[in-house]
Amino acid sequence: MSTLAHVFEAEGLATVSLISVRGVAEKMSPPRALYCDFPLGRPLGEPQDAQFQHDVLRTAFVTLDEPAGPVLVDYPVVIEIDDATPLSCAVPPRYDMSLHPAVDEITALRGAYNRTLSRNGVTSVGRSCDADGLPDVMAKLVEIIAGADWKEVGLPGNPVGLAHDLRTYYEEAALALNDEPPAPGAAESWFYDVTQGGRTLLEARRAMRDGGAPFPVWFYMARATRQ
Amino acid sequence: MTADSDIRVYASGLPMPEFATPAFATPKRLSEATVAIVTTAALHRASEDGYTNTDTSYREIDRADRDLVMGHWSPNFDRAGFAADINVVFPIDRLEELEAQGVIGSVAPRHFAFAGNQEDTVSSIRLDSGPRAARALLADGVDVVLLTPV
Repeated sequence: MSTLAHVFEAEGLATVSLISVRGVAEKMSPPRALYCDFPLGRPLGEPQDAQFQHDVLRTAFVTLDEPAGPVLVDYPVVIEIDDATPLSCAVPPRYDMSLHPAVDEITALRGAYNRTLSRNGVTSVGRSCDADGLPDVMAKLVEIIAGADWKEVGLPGNPVGLAHDLRTYYEEAALALNDEPPAPGAAESWFYDVTQGGRTLLEARRAMRDGGAPFPVWFYMARATRQ
Repeated sequence: MTADSDIRVYASGLPMPEFATPAFATPKRLSEATVAIVTTAALHRASEDGYTNTDTSYREIDRADRDLVMGHWSPNFDRAGFAADINVVFPIDRLEELEAQGVIGSVAPRHFAFAGNQEDTVSSIRLDSGPRAARALLADGVDVVLLTPV
């Protein structure tokens, strides 16, 4: 992003960058930057909090008054990610005992996912597979855990893209199961640590790693710090 | 250490291009300026193709577009905030409010999205798609660009 700031300034555009990694801004010196120590993925800090977002923007735009740069200012409020406290979010009870628990669960969450889709009118699920296909993807991850070769089970797309779709499906479903936007890290923690689906994804990722899948294929299926 | 702090340490150690003589444009007064958002969150309209994991192109986002989805390939950031409110990444409604309040002159008709996950030299963006996006912004009369990451 700092690269774009330099390119745009060279063309005559004044830029103001919201910075999420201070070390990068220190090295690349974008012309005007506000470092926001917020969870990665939330550069304006607080979803559904217009007042907070306006304060971030107001603070950022003040840098336009500086006569020379580079300008790097720290936003005074810090928001920390809590990736150890899962969202308090009910997981559906078992319904179809003939299915693997993760397949049963992802099927049962469809109603919640649909409610968020109805509210937003759009979904970030669908990079490699749409919501209809995800129970089958989950079933194939179960096969991989049981020893099947990930290249032979018939995954309908790139494993990294499928992992994105699974996590996003759960996180969008979680929005419908809570009244407030999830605290940073909470929906992700709920997915990986609480749900059958998240644990199945991580176990399949480990099986692929141990089975010799290329590093970029298995590693980017989950956050780097997840085992 | 949180998951984010690990990623911040990692990102800070990556190779980065150097800009020996950085430019510093002098903006109009904000109350007279046309403001655009350029995000590296790899946003795109749901009806459009997404990004490849080495994509150096950009997508145009109309001022009225709200049907935006997250196309970034990195799993190392929170997505639930964006799913709850696109403005936490792409503060288009906040800019509309600032225009109505007279804080900014106007909201640009087009905004742009790039994918933040790039090769180390960022050469295509430096030399091709970045300057092209800049010319498009200038053609729209943009004075100030707000850059947002994820």
